Amino acid sequence: MSVLFLVIPLALLIVSAAVGAFLWSVRHGQFDDLKTPGLRMLLDDTETKARPPEDVAALAKPESGAGEG
Amino acid sequence: MHAVLHEHGLTQYYDLIQLEGAKGRRARTTGKTYEELDDAAFLQLYAKPRPDGQWSTELYLEGVHCAACIWLVERMGREVDGVVDARLDIGKQTAELTWDPAKIQLSTIARQLDALGYPAHPFRGAEARDLRRKEERALIARIGVAGAIMANVMLMALALYSGRMEPEFEAFFRWGSLVLTIPSIAWCGRVFFRGALASLRSGALHMDLPIAIGLTAGFVWGTVNTVMARGEIWFDTVATLVFLLLIGRWVQQRQRRAANDAAELLFSLAPSTARLVRQEDGEVREVPVERVKPGDVLEVRAGESIPADGVIETGESALDTSLLTGESRPIEAGPGDPVHAGTVNLASMLRIRAEATGTATRVGRLMQAVEEASRRRAPVVALADRIVPKFVAVVLVLALATAIGWAFVDVWAGLDHAFALLIVTCPCALGLATPLAIHAAIGRAAGRGILVKGGDALERLSHPAVVLFDKTGTLTQGRTELLQWLGADEAKALVLAAERSSAHPIAQAFVAALGGAVAGEAPVATAQRVSQTTGGGVEADVDGRKVLVGSPVYVAQRLQVPELATHPFVQELVAQALTPVLIAVDGQVTSAAGFGDPLRDDAEQSVRELQALGCEVRILSGDHPAVVAEVGRRLGLPEAACRGGATPEDKLAAVEEALKHGFVFMVGDGVNDAAALAAATVGISVHGGAEASLAAADVFLTRPGIQPVVELLRGARRAVRVVKRNILFSLGYNTVGVTLAMSGLLTPLIGSILMPFASLTVVTSSYRSRTFPKPSGTEPSVWAARRGR
Repeated sequence: MSVLFLVIPLALLIVSAAVGAFLWSVRHGQFDDLKTPGLRMLLDDTETKARPPEDVAALAKPESGAGEG
Repeated sequence: MHAVLHEHGLTQYYDLIQLEGAKGRRARTTGKTYEELDDAAFLQLYAKPRPDGQWSTELYLEGVHCAACIWLVERMGREVDGVVDARLDIGKQTAELTWDPAKIQLSTIARQLDALGYPAHPFRGAEARDLRRKEERALIARIGVAGAIMANVMLMALALYSGRMEPEFEAFFRWGSLVLTIPSIAWCGRVFFRGALASLRSGALHMDLPIAIGLTAGFVWGTVNTVMARGEIWFDTVATLVFLLLIGRWVQQRQRRAANDAAELLFSLAPSTARLVRQEDGEVREVPVERVKPGDVLEVRAGESIPADGVIETGESALDTSLLTGESRPIEAGPGDPVHAGTVNLASMLRIRAEATGTATRVGRLMQAVEEASRRRAPVVALADRIVPKFVAVVLVLALATAIGWAFVDVWAGLDHAFALLIVTCPCALGLATPLAIHAAIGRAAGRGILVKGGDALERLSHPAVVLFDKTGTLTQGRTELLQWLGADEAKALVLAAERSSAHPIAQAFVAALGGAVAGEAPVATAQRVSQTTGGGVEADVDGRKVLVGSPVYVAQRLQVPELATHPFVQELVAQALTPVLIAVDGQVTSAAGFGDPLRDDAEQSVRELQALGCEVRILSGDHPAVVAEVGRRLGLPEAACRGGATPEDKLAAVEEALKHGFVFMVGDGVNDAAALAAATVGISVHGGAEASLAAADVFLTRPGIQPVVELLRGARRAVRVVKRNILFSLGYNTVGVTLAMSGLLTPLIGSILMPFASLTVVTSSYRSRTFPKPSGTEPSVWAARRGR
């Protein structure tokens, strides 16, 4: 039974590691927004090539941009 | 918008829309140039440079509401060369953008977002928001640590409760619990000790004090017993208390934050740009309003609000000054007339020379009065805090009595039972009672389009009070409408033809009212030789007939008659407090039209309901006294309760005067109400109000009409009833605990069963009560629709 004197401090050490991980995640903003990430994971991740800005600027003109959504 | 999506192969958007089940929504694009975003002054104010040469900023995006929006915004960010990162926070409706200025300009990104139907605004509340975010992170960290400690101390307590064990193990577990509890008290629970100290110092006792007493008692007596190797240790109870109470604190903080965030977003909608006319070549450029200096010439187009105080250089127009003065009728203005920031240019383009900007404007000075008024407001002690002094006194006396009473038997037993009493009365359920009930109510209210900043406002709203209404935009619809037509109907078609091309508010009201009625009857004739006189009227030839539409003075002048003010039409309309407009055909006055600001449909019934709730309804308006008296008459209010022609300063004084006799709720929407809103017991700002009034108000309504005001007062009363019920529950639980402790029967085991049970009762009672019930109809809530719920 005296193994308890070793096992319990060890368990506490593991707990403190978990607490440390939790504090790290709080400090890095993991708990700031609880809504968006849940929706973000629904989105597929397909890569497309980047466009030059002039092209985008042309697209963003009101004539082509206005319409129904 | 479809074109943009297709070009980029982003049609998956439509699949996502279906996935979310969102309703079809017309995207709104503004076609603005967003040039001001590239200005160095703007970047300095709103954007942050990063060490690698990139910049980041936060933009508030109108209209984001669902998973498809996240996908679009973040996707477009990655597709565009030069945009490093785009991250959307759907709850706060803000996007964080990081871009490379060498490759792309911020205005290009903003135009892109606009084309997608998300008009972008610089986010103005970033600093206050960061501060709140830091506070919230600290609290979440404390909760997490307190939870971990609680779980481990409980494990050891379980071992101790479970029965006999060798003394060395028992000592090990007891000392282990002590060591673990120290950080829970010293770091996690510090908020309560700090609060208790502050409340003692200020003399205004609140809930933190009994909490601190309970925690201290548990920790001190547990430590004494651990060191002396005798009695109960209480550490599991203390650790649980800290954890549960911190959760209550977090709930409280969140409810305050949600409403504040929403108010700040509306701030971001205020015009951020002005059109500056360069002196040398007359070129017009969009610049941030912060860049405008006195002496600059600005262009203000029809429908825009004026960005600075100044004088009109060129142009004639009608101004909507209701924001500033409460006057609902448009004011005519021409060259040389002064204009104020915050007023809206209604009719045609103006060029103004700025004289005062920023805080030096009339609006800016009013805002200072607002801040002052809210500082002066007397604090109202929260319901739960009012019982604290008695609660603490009773608990201390009972503990002392227990200690003395049991001391005749055994001194140690007396101390044991006295400390047990102090611990068991630690107001866990009492501490949760108010925040949970209020949080549940505020959450429900938000679902009904009523945003409440802070729970104390709900408590104050539950009392009967004097309800002061501003007229424009609250009781009435806040726009000019044709309300009465006198005389021959045949002139309607002629008037319509003459007024059709004008942008003047009266002309537009004519078109809105007559357009439908006339169009069906006959083909509308076209007017020739239309000539307008600012502040007068219109003259035109329609089908060979000479038509004159205008004010009595103007028409009299054109017909060359001495005066028309005594004409029966004019007298009848003036008696009803309507603005008269005369119509003359071929030199004869044939008809007249009365213009006014119509009452809201729900105004009369809502006023009755408010009176039934025991409130006294009054009108306090900056509008013309005759108009206010007429509105009051139609609502069935006594003449003494209606006051017109009040300046912002008068309003503040009237509120302060009424405050001497009891609670005052002010309902208003304009900047001219802001100081009064801040001074009132509770300020309620209505739908479509000015940003200034949103900042000053405790509650704001995102649904039009005054029915939400009635709903708010009813809901507040129900919420306070729930709070009272919760307090009774927890006091009942405390009575049981005290009885057990005084009779010496209370053990930590019983305590740790009683306490969560009491808290659970309070939680259930709070979240199951229907404080702001959904109406039986399926009227959609504006707020819910915006959040995409």
